[in-house]
Amino acid sequence: MADRAQPLSGRSGTVIAIALAVAVAVTFAAVAGRAEATVGLSAADWAAIRFTLMQALASAFISTALAIPVARALARRSFVGRNAIITLLGAPFILPVVVAVMALLSVFGRNGGFNHAMVWAGFEPFQIYGAHGVVIAHVFFNLPLATRLLLQGWFSIPSERFRLAAQLGFGPAEIWRVIEFPMLARFAPGAFAVILSICVTSFAVALTLGGGPRATTIELAIYQAFRFDFDLGRAALLGLIQITMTLAIVIAALGLSRQDGFGGGLDRPLTIWGVNGVGPRVLDGVAITSVVLGLLVPLASYFGHALPGVLRLPEAVWWAAAASVSVALASTALTISLALPIAVRAALGRGTAVELAGLVGLVASPLVIGTGLFIMINPWIDPATLALPVTVVVNALMALPFAARVLIPAVRDCLASYGRLGVSLGLTGMAFVRVVLLPRLAGRLGFCAGLAAALSMGDLGVVVLFADPETATLPLQMARLMGAYRMEDAASAGLLLTFLSFGAFALFDGLGRRYAGD
Amino acid sequence: MLVIDDLRIRQGAFWLNADASIPAGRRVVIMGPSGAGKSTLVAALAGFVTPDSGRMTWQGQALDGMPPATRPIAMLFQDGNLFPHLNVAQNIALGFGRGAKPSPQNQDQIGAALAQVGLTGFENRKPASLSGGEQSRVAVARVLVMERPILVLDEPFAALGPAMRIEMLALVRKILDQTGATLLMVSHDPADAHAIAEDLILVADGRAVLLPDAQAVLADPPPALATYLG
Repeated sequence: MADRAQPLSGRSGTVIAIALAVAVAVTFAAVAGRAEATVGLSAADWAAIRFTLMQALASAFISTALAIPVARALARRSFVGRNAIITLLGAPFILPVVVAVMALLSVFGRNGGFNHAMVWAGFEPFQIYGAHGVVIAHVFFNLPLATRLLLQGWFSIPSERFRLAAQLGFGPAEIWRVIEFPMLARFAPGAFAVILSICVTSFAVALTLGGGPRATTIELAIYQAFRFDFDLGRAALLGLIQITMTLAIVIAALGLSRQDGFGGGLDRPLTIWGVNGVGPRVLDGVAITSVVLGLLVPLASYFGHALPGVLRLPEAVWWAAAASVSVALASTALTISLALPIAVRAALGRGTAVELAGLVGLVASPLVIGTGLFIMINPWIDPATLALPVTVVVNALMALPFAARVLIPAVRDCLASYGRLGVSLGLTGMAFVRVVLLPRLAGRLGFCAGLAAALSMGDLGVVVLFADPETATLPLQMARLMGAYRMEDAASAGLLLTFLSFGAFALFDGLGRRYAGD
Repeated sequence: MLVIDDLRIRQGAFWLNADASIPAGRRVVIMGPSGAGKSTLVAALAGFVTPDSGRMTWQGQALDGMPPATRPIAMLFQDGNLFPHLNVAQNIALGFGRGAKPSPQNQDQIGAALAQVGLTGFENRKPASLSGGEQSRVAVARVLVMERPILVLDEPFAALGPAMRIEMLALVRKILDQTGATLLMVSHDPADAHAIAEDLILVADGRAVLLPDAQAVLADPPPALATYLG
């Protein structure tokens, strides 16, 4: 029996998925073809591999472990500002990496408040640059993400379970052992793996806080081979290693995790009986307060001293901002036009291969893709002339997996509810897309567009390989200012970048919500 | 004449054989236990399910292989007959086909259809602001502008209260009197059959068969129907 109740064929999604897979494969092949395996790996390369793995494991472990008490506190406590905190936990995801680094520097840097206090108390000043700085920055980003992922775990527990626990007179220890720990055994490995796969391709954090023999990631090593030695063969070899490592981790992460941390329904706390003693309450209060302060203090201290300089920013920063806005808009348009057909195809339920194509962005690190594109473009034209277009394309690829994951369930719902009605009224193909799909998906599309725009706006990745001194996006301009020790200008540029990133997200998300309001 | 000739439909391990010849303009209620295949039968007629063998013709023209929207059939589903993001007029205008923008003449037709179902002036309302009964009326108004010779109802009024269902059946009857359309209506309620059926189709034990003269059949049901009616 053939079911013909579907108004869309998903053919364009297949074409796009195949084209993407081929394009990425060709890029990888270009990298592989240029890799000089005969040279072998130097001691510095081995150090980079070791450090990449170690910092990713440490960041993922610390983020996940610290997220457990925070998520539990948010799950079971009801208080004013709880929803604001949950929203705040979503913010680091679209906070530009260079901005977060500057915020941490404003507290833990040489002149930061933390070090003033340390010196005042008679201790040695704390040094944020180096391996532990990289891990601190990763935890700053990923602890909130881990908290949201684990919070979904708590909300996946049926409320009857807690009622039964109350009936049986369970205290905090029994609830932990019988209900919460088994849930975490399912959810924590997923959160750990997601963060591991994010940290293993870390570039911007390593570029700004790491470096040197003991804090260089593979991504950073690729950049250095490129920029300082112009050794394409070594860059390509490192790229191959990076691909292999990321692929292994992402496949493991996919097996462990099916959630994305964007889900709703977290706005009403659970009712858990038997945990209202003084001990658990103090524990929860400490967990929530530390995380909020850990997020807000660096950001507030940074914004405070960055604000006055915004109006005195050098002209080059404004040009870089204009470039970033254009890149973000173009890459957002590209993300949505790739993600929607892929989501339709995936929602029709034929083949996880399509979902995998959307995940290409997770496997392919920007620097590896960039290396491949550079190798292919270089013989024909000056890669610098294509710096911004390449950034548009690579940023779209990076946002694609997130967009696809948000859109697929929404497209599936829409087809299930309105597919037959559409077909019976002759709404098929583009007519269905225009009359039904786009209006029904407006809210999700706005969210995805906001995500893509903010991620692209704040990204410091492939552009570093291609840009000449005259071209820069705003994050790159910031990194250059930091490299030139013009920290005041860098800080103010970062504030502008934050406004642009969150502004772009709020604009698209708001448009989607307004259009979806029915 | 709507002819269903030795139709065989398979869904997984489930088979349905159907045979029926229905003269144009007849009102047929399709009855049978739940899960027997009533909805599958109308889905095949409407083109959502492809039969494995057999033929369906309307006035001598084969229906097999035609896309759902071009069949001479207007269909109302159990739920989700309206798009929540479109207003009443836009929902009805989709009955003119392919989602094109309605012409001024279409606008007049929409107004007339709304008047017929008793919803004059509801053009700009969104479905969420309507009661269940009003939503059903809007769906019926769209059936009116579609002007198809066959109306298929797959229990669209099942969620309405008893009084509202009687009202909706009366509205359907009024429309059939006007348009002369053929009715095929799935129902699990014998009251519906008493109210509107001229013939019955009984779907049970993997077979769908026509029982002509519904009222006589209901008064003295054959064994298979008697089992179902209890």
